[in-house]
Amino acid sequence: MSEMKLSCEAIRQVEEVCEKFNNDPGELIAILHECQSRLGYLPEPVQRIVANKLGIPASKVYGVVTFYSFFTMTPKGKYPISVCLGTACYVRGADKLLEEFKRVLGIEVGETTPDGKFSLDCLRCVGACGLAPVATIGEKVYGRLNPADIRKIVDEFASRE
Amino acid sequence: MDKTIKLTIDRIPVCVAPGTTILDAAESVGIAIPTLCHIDLKGTCVKNNPASCRICVVEVEGRRNLAPSCATVCTEGMVVYTNSARVIRARKTIAELMLSDHPNDCLTCPKCSDCELQRLVMRFNIRQMPFTGGEQSTRKKEVTAAITRNMDKCILCRRCESVCNNVQSVGVLGAVRRGFDTTIAPTFDRMFKDTDCTYCGQCVAVCPTGALTERDNTDRLMDDLCDPNKIVIAQPAPAVRVALGEEFGMEPGSIVTGKMVTALKYLGFTKVFDTDFAADLTIMEEGAEILKRLKAFLAGDKDVKLPIMTSCCPAWVNFFEHNYPDLLDYPSSAKSPAQMFGAIAKTWWCEKRSINPKKVVVVSIMPCLAKKYECEREEFAPDGSPDVDYSISTRELARLIKRANIRFPELPDSEFDSPMGESTGAGAIFGATGGVMEAALRTVYEVYTGKELPKLEFTEVRGFEGIKEAVIDLNGFPLKVCVAHTLSNARILMDRLRKGELDYHVVEVMACPGGCIGGAGQPYHHGHIEILKARSAAIYREDEGKAIRLSHKNPDIIKLYEEYLGEPLGERSEQLLHTHYFNKQIK
Repeated sequence: MSEMKLSCEAIRQVEEVCEKFNNDPGELIAILHECQSRLGYLPEPVQRIVANKLGIPASKVYGVVTFYSFFTMTPKGKYPISVCLGTACYVRGADKLLEEFKRVLGIEVGETTPDGKFSLDCLRCVGACGLAPVATIGEKVYGRLNPADIRKIVDEFASRE
Repeated sequence: MDKTIKLTIDRIPVCVAPGTTILDAAESVGIAIPTLCHIDLKGTCVKNNPASCRICVVEVEGRRNLAPSCATVCTEGMVVYTNSARVIRARKTIAELMLSDHPNDCLTCPKCSDCELQRLVMRFNIRQMPFTGGEQSTRKKEVTAAITRNMDKCILCRRCESVCNNVQSVGVLGAVRRGFDTTIAPTFDRMFKDTDCTYCGQCVAVCPTGALTERDNTDRLMDDLCDPNKIVIAQPAPAVRVALGEEFGMEPGSIVTGKMVTALKYLGFTKVFDTDFAADLTIMEEGAEILKRLKAFLAGDKDVKLPIMTSCCPAWVNFFEHNYPDLLDYPSSAKSPAQMFGAIAKTWWCEKRSINPKKVVVVSIMPCLAKKYECEREEFAPDGSPDVDYSISTRELARLIKRANIRFPELPDSEFDSPMGESTGAGAIFGATGGVMEAALRTVYEVYTGKELPKLEFTEVRGFEGIKEAVIDLNGFPLKVCVAHTLSNARILMDRLRKGELDYHVVEVMACPGGCIGGAGQPYHHGHIEILKARSAAIYREDEGKAIRLSHKNPDIIKLYEEYLGEPLGERSEQLLHTHYFNKQIK
């Protein structure tokens, strides 16, 4: 069951996005895109509102949300971490980087730390293969990473406000 | 006028209307192209052709790749081969790839021998599995009151999704995730019970494999039949007796009422009564309710809830409780025939025979899966003991008969036991869409006008059209009635009702296509509409063959009211035969 409740403001935002696209079911992906960019993620209640506004079953919305890896149903951290698992990064030890991130943060891929600061994801290639292995934190790209660097980098972000 | 399209299929010249698919064109000349994801119950809205399985591929001259015949439209001069070596080899490979992540526990699979994938494997002569290593055993498994779900066996044909969304408008099942993780799941990966699922079971009725099946109660029933301290009584529904024979190779539409009663007695039921009797009882109560609301309406009562809607179909009840909690006053408060039977069996019959109702096990034999859920509703279990203990489907009864090595087609006929075995033609037609309406009209007309009906048949409410209408002249009052089957048609009516635009006095709704004869507990139709039509015709033949065809003239019903109930809508009737509805909207 969806125990979480949306704030009135969040509900208003979702409805506004749907109306901006004339509640057109054909615009479902664009609507979800904008909802996620405003709210950070697409929890069940958001998907229900979208389904109601567009007059389609919630299962359809859920199908689309789970199909595209861009969409997420868990809130991302303040500093979302993405580890590149593309070929170049992978052969230069990205799997070990990922393991170290998991160990340091104490979360699995797709999860967010309880304090809401970090979330951990994987991606395929950010176009910086020359810097492999690569991870991004927020907008910042870190190249030629070594598992030994991870603790220091995470601590630096953790100490920010 | 569009001209016809000429083409050849396997060297046979074929003429078809524009827009015809290669699959349908081939069928018109007797070529059965194998299919798997495709289903088309012609004349109803049950249809699925996403061309996702590719089993039906054919070779089209001049086309580089093979074409899915279910989704490729015929064009002028097309030369099609449905059986070239290339096609046959490709089909086999496609099926082999499907098997690569399909469990091969066919021996104990509930769908064994009725599985469409298994049939293809036999037809394509697949003797080994060249592609292995992909088997999943992590997908959801769930046993609900009515439906068993084992998604490891899903082949992603999307039939269930089509019926759940397009035919029933329930919108619970849909494909989630992608690639190898793709599965069909209820909304938000919840359990069925936490969704708007109505347990109509039409997903089960169309599932080609063992992914969606009924909850099997046959072992439970065998245990009860073995228990010398229990009195096990049967009540088979009207639609069971026109479909059960199919499981034993008999022609669709065979009426096997007498054989069914004999089989139930051989199986060890203490008494074999009839849900048709309770259908007559339903007409007494619902008919009285129709007349009561109608009279109030004619007397100028502005608050009277019209149209009154039938309430026999448990999936329809679930549907309006979930989707229209603001309109719960409209459906009749009459319980379904099966539940009325249970309530009367455990009171009147037990009192008459001085039997402790706690020893009695009432088993309903239903064309339906939602009935299994209905049995578990708390309001139907006064003092915690259910009026109907549990329900088995037509298919489950067939399995029990086979297990008991009874040669069904050769059985002699037997009569139902008395006193809850007598029924009329009105009770019999409950099994087809429009049947409850017709039965009610027969009684309402005679009671209201005090005249005998010149003709008992109300043919306007018969047949497979999604929404049917009729106007009946009641001593000058035009009674407007409407009959809908499938829940998407019910939704059309309910949305109009919500807007105040539904101008009928009585509405019948059945969740399954064709009514109970197309129920999810019936022998699998595998997409053949002729089977449903034959069952429907048999229902009306059964009616014609009955000496009494009006519910209020059933002698056992008259006796029941004289001895026990008093009158329809009387105090005891209200207590035993009526129910109330709940807001079950999912948050």
